[in-house]
Amino acid sequence: MAYSDKVIDHYENPRNVGSFEKGDESVGTGMVGAPACGDVMKLQIKVNEAGVIEDAKFKTYGCGSAIASSSLVTEWVKGKSLDEALSIKNTQIAEELALPPVKIHCSILAEDAIKAAVEDYKAKHTAS
Amino acid sequence: MNTNFFELFHLPQSYAVDLQQLDSAYRDVQSQVHPDRFAMASEAERRVAMQWATLANEAYQALKKPLARAEYLLKLGGVDPELESNTSMPVDFLMAQMEWREELAEAVSSKSVPALSGLSSRLQSEMNAMLSRLGSTIDQEQDLAAAALLVRKLKFLHKLDEEIENALDAIG
Repeated sequence: MAYSDKVIDHYENPRNVGSFEKGDESVGTGMVGAPACGDVMKLQIKVNEAGVIEDAKFKTYGCGSAIASSSLVTEWVKGKSLDEALSIKNTQIAEELALPPVKIHCSILAEDAIKAAVEDYKAKHTAS
Repeated sequence: MNTNFFELFHLPQSYAVDLQQLDSAYRDVQSQVHPDRFAMASEAERRVAMQWATLANEAYQALKKPLARAEYLLKLGGVDPELESNTSMPVDFLMAQMEWREELAEAVSSKSVPALSGLSSRLQSEMNAMLSRLGSTIDQEQDLAAAALLVRKLKFLHKLDEEIENALDAIG
């Protein structure tokens, strides 16, 4: 199966690889995994006082499509509010990267990672 | 043909399986439907024999390996393990998966066979412990929802095991 040019580009030059300090109050961390293929994805967002996502980082162990999906969403969420980030749908990711049907779960993983990161950030801030 | 694979081989429907009994039951079925026995039979009979052979093969594959057997028992119990759609594994489990994979990446980049073998043997004991928990969850506690989570976890460990084996093949 051939990867699209966009997948290859994100796979070879992944954007925003790395980690933020997990305990940082301004950081939300989302960890998700896909049992079918064993992919593991960590996505972190850094949120400023205005509630806007300033920066995002990811670390993904998985196939090219999973890495490309997470790389892409770290670019997309930057500059977005939490609600805007939550509105990103896996179908948009799959369409942008031209993912074949067998790789759709990679885009689901990336969507779920954003949701988990936003939830983690919100949990940190409503608990106090 | 909607046959229960355990019934096909006259085995009790449980995670614990006598593998020798499974092997001999499988050979019995295969010999009964062997094409040689149907050389003089009608085309319809040959086709039915072939279908039985295919079914027996499918049943044997489903029951032979513990993880596949657990997945089949979940299916019989009407529990979907959601392998494609359930991404929310416990965070500590996913953290541990990240760490395993980081260690694997280091061992691969340093081309260290001892590091890979060490990783592999630790993973084997982790998988064995989880498989035995899976067995008691299905057979004794009969908690299929808990079993589904263990199946999902084991899928990650299996994938990792495959990657370690591939890395060992590539280096060794």
